[in-house]
Amino acid sequence: MGVKAANVGRINTIPFAEQGVSDEEELKVKKYLRGEAADLGVLQDKKLKGQLAVREALYGKSAQAAAKAEKWLMPSEGGYLEAEGIEKTWRIKQEAIAGEVDILSTRKQFDIVLPGSDLISYVDMSQMCMCIGSASLISLSGARSIHSGFYFEWSIYGSSWEKRSFGTCGHENMDLVKEFQVRETVRDVVFLHDQKLLAAAQKKYVYMYNENGTEMHCLKEHGAATKLQFLHKHFLLTSINKLGQLHFQDITTGQMIGNFERFRRSDVMQVNPFNNVVTVGHSGGTVSMWKPTSAAPLVKMLCHKGPVIALAFHSNGHLMATAGMERKIKLWDLRKFEVLQTLPGHATTMDFSQKGLLATATGSFVQILGDLSGSHEYSRYMGHSMAKGYQIRNMSFRPYEDVLAIGHSMGWSSILIPGSGEPNFDTWVANPFETRKQRNEKEPTRRKEKLSKQEREAEQEAAVEGAKNIPLKKKTKGRSKPSKVAKKKQEAVAKAKKPFLEQQTEDKEMSKKKRKRIGEENQLPKSLQRFARKVPTT
Amino acid sequence: MSSLENEARTFRYSLSQRRVFRNFDPNLRSQEKSVEYVRALNAAKLDKLRFEDQFRKLMKLLLLFFFFLYSKIFARPFVGAMDGHIDAVSCMAKNPNHLKGIFSGSMDGDIRLWDLANRRTVCQFPGHQGAVRGLTVSTDGRVLVSCGTDSTVRLWNVPIPSLMESSDNEAKPLAVYVWKNAFWAVDHQWDGDLFATAGAQVDIWNHNRSQPVNSFEWGKDTAISVRFNPGEPNILATSASDRSITIYDLRLSSPARKIIMRANEDCNCYSYDARKLDEARCVHKDHVSAVMDIDYSPTGREFVTGSYDRTVRIFQYNGGHSREIYHTKRMQRVFCVKFSSDASYVISGSDDTNLRLWKAKASEQLGVLLPRERKNHEYLEAVKNRYKHLPEVKRIVRHRHLPKAIYKAASLRRIMTEAERKKDERRRAHSAPGSMPREPLRKRRILKEVE
Repeated sequence: MGVKAANVGRINTIPFAEQGVSDEEELKVKKYLRGEAADLGVLQDKKLKGQLAVREALYGKSAQAAAKAEKWLMPSEGGYLEAEGIEKTWRIKQEAIAGEVDILSTRKQFDIVLPGSDLISYVDMSQMCMCIGSASLISLSGARSIHSGFYFEWSIYGSSWEKRSFGTCGHENMDLVKEFQVRETVRDVVFLHDQKLLAAAQKKYVYMYNENGTEMHCLKEHGAATKLQFLHKHFLLTSINKLGQLHFQDITTGQMIGNFERFRRSDVMQVNPFNNVVTVGHSGGTVSMWKPTSAAPLVKMLCHKGPVIALAFHSNGHLMATAGMERKIKLWDLRKFEVLQTLPGHATTMDFSQKGLLATATGSFVQILGDLSGSHEYSRYMGHSMAKGYQIRNMSFRPYEDVLAIGHSMGWSSILIPGSGEPNFDTWVANPFETRKQRNEKEPTRRKEKLSKQEREAEQEAAVEGAKNIPLKKKTKGRSKPSKVAKKKQEAVAKAKKPFLEQQTEDKEMSKKKRKRIGEENQLPKSLQRFARKVPTT
Repeated sequence: MSSLENEARTFRYSLSQRRVFRNFDPNLRSQEKSVEYVRALNAAKLDKLRFEDQFRKLMKLLLLFFFFLYSKIFARPFVGAMDGHIDAVSCMAKNPNHLKGIFSGSMDGDIRLWDLANRRTVCQFPGHQGAVRGLTVSTDGRVLVSCGTDSTVRLWNVPIPSLMESSDNEAKPLAVYVWKNAFWAVDHQWDGDLFATAGAQVDIWNHNRSQPVNSFEWGKDTAISVRFNPGEPNILATSASDRSITIYDLRLSSPARKIIMRANEDCNCYSYDARKLDEARCVHKDHVSAVMDIDYSPTGREFVTGSYDRTVRIFQYNGGHSREIYHTKRMQRVFCVKFSSDASYVISGSDDTNLRLWKAKASEQLGVLLPRERKNHEYLEAVKNRYKHLPEVKRIVRHRHLPKAIYKAASLRRIMTEAERKKDERRRAHSAPGSMPREPLRKRRILKEVE
């Protein structure tokens, strides 16, 4: 068995003077090219053709330069697990791995016993915080502090169905940073754009909390949410709730961007990290994909014969794994919407790592599948079984590290999975060694680069342009005077704008009505609340 | 096992500097096109915001939240005005050896040397009795040649700039040569001893002779402007009042080539390749009144024009429309423009007796930039250029405020040309196919070419 320990970069003795691109580098160049070059033969405009040809040449050169620079820019190599002889990789236990790696890595294997814990979620890549559901405590723990002691990383653990508290915990020092009670069921917990804000789906509403545990907002429109997700690039908080509604709320302005009511209650929601599309799994075996701009789902796929239990997305956006109640795990290619592979097995929760390893868990057994031969066929890579009786609720790979964090009914553990994390991070994308100053300066930039809902405005503009370009019939007997023609054009433009304006006012009215209704519900004393309107008026 | 706690990787050089790791893998970045598009949009909107460093950080935070309006009101191309002449500024000259100085001559015969950094007069050259029509400096920067409507050509010694700048020095002329007719323009040969004047005929003078060495004429019309070719020291071009452009070679005894245009003062600029004069390389259309002066940038990629319609425009060398327009309420008819020798500034001299200093790139930050600032500017420029063809970004990048008179004049011209074009199309549609050949505008404007 060969397990590679953390690698300090070795200096290459081959001089960096090669002009051409070798075969291995060809593959790398392809990775950086981001697709095929455009076909310029169809263009008539010579000037444009010349300019585009120059640009395409530049793209080629920059991809080559990036491929060549890789060996200097990437100081670390990824980890791996190799079986020798008749050994199989999936029979190798965590204790055996611990014996082969360095001390710092072994510290990442641990088990924390907190009865009743449930969820795990991480803050975005750079923070690498852990969010775990815990049964009885809401605690925010100070997290790993590197020798400088400059900053803290947070982890929180939220509560399970029965118990009522929150907690965050650091995953290096395991210091408890903060702990607070909310006294009601918490179904899901998610960090927002950085570790300072977190959103919790509690019994009736969704609440937003500060890192100090202060309640910042009570988001009533979401209702009794069952699953929460945060779209980082758009600053949108998404939730699905018990009534089958999907809500999108922009947390920078507080505006509800979209709410859709199309399905029965569902528990399965994931976000495709490549294009930030929200995917919901239904009890009929269908999976639907939503964006806040359209009222109907973008895609509806029939995936399983029974209810969909779990969903996971690969980071490149092409691969989706779904698990159904009929004990099948299917891997889908999202470009063609075709099944790539069907695997037998039951999975209550799944997660993809940065390098494409798929972790599936059922009961107290975790199985990690990997695309080992490079042929897009997933096969068993590793496995881990916890103490019998532990029900695994949630899993999450730690970004940029070879660690899998598992949240189960008796607490949470973390195990080592060599080869799961991307070894080289980019400081400008996600910096795990951020100082507080860097984090503060990052926030306005991220806010400035927020992707907003431009599609609707673009649609409106397109409609108006179309209306302006309608050719009007020339009429005789004085009926096509210039003043009349101008008036007709104005009317056409107003007509084109009408549906968009109507929808805007409709949205405003809807939200007003909802606010009123929710306000009403709150005003009634507890004994009379059963007479408040329970059926949604939409 | 990849591990982040590797000491070597987190090594800090100093407390403020941290090591930066890069991984250009596209898989790490989701939705990069959308993010870049938003950055381009923001860059276009923020484009004109370039304050002094002291305000920058303050304003940046404020503006991030206020700035999503379609306004580029923070464009600040105007640097300053140079006040001093008492009559309209008719001509300007750049000193090839000295970056900071510029000569200007006015309609009352006053010639001044300005210091652009302080925007003050260094030296005055009084002497001309009438309007000064042309100014030029020899290539070594020592002799200033001026000509005017009083039929004199005067040569002056250019004072060497000293540390103690005393204002309003008066200089004595080196030589005064009187000739028969009023002069319209003058230009000095590059790397030579000769200069040419334009008037009733084109005269070639030597510094030391009081009479022209040579004289050219083609037809009986006055030559209005003259320019030597910087690359070929023996070739010069003149434009005459019979709508023609003539190219002369000093080594021959007669003019080389002449083209006659269709219209005089039709508000367009035409670029020609001097080797092939039967077709313009590019027609630059944007002015609404006669173009009074043109100057190329030292990079050769842009040129600036000043026109009778009170605006200064900057064009790309191959661009049909201007990329920038500068106007002020106080600036009246622009008679002369110059591009500064470091390609960063544009100087315009106008009817209202002022010379104005403008930035060549309106949103450029002046002064010394930190390398990080420069990189950021370059990145924003590049990302804006990548998405500038998309409608939202294009609209913001192209937007310029025009004075009402120019806006109306421009729309009127557009209506007129559209009407002509439509009529032409209809004629073509109603005649036999192929009987009306299409002639490009570049050719249409030329009447004929004569040897």
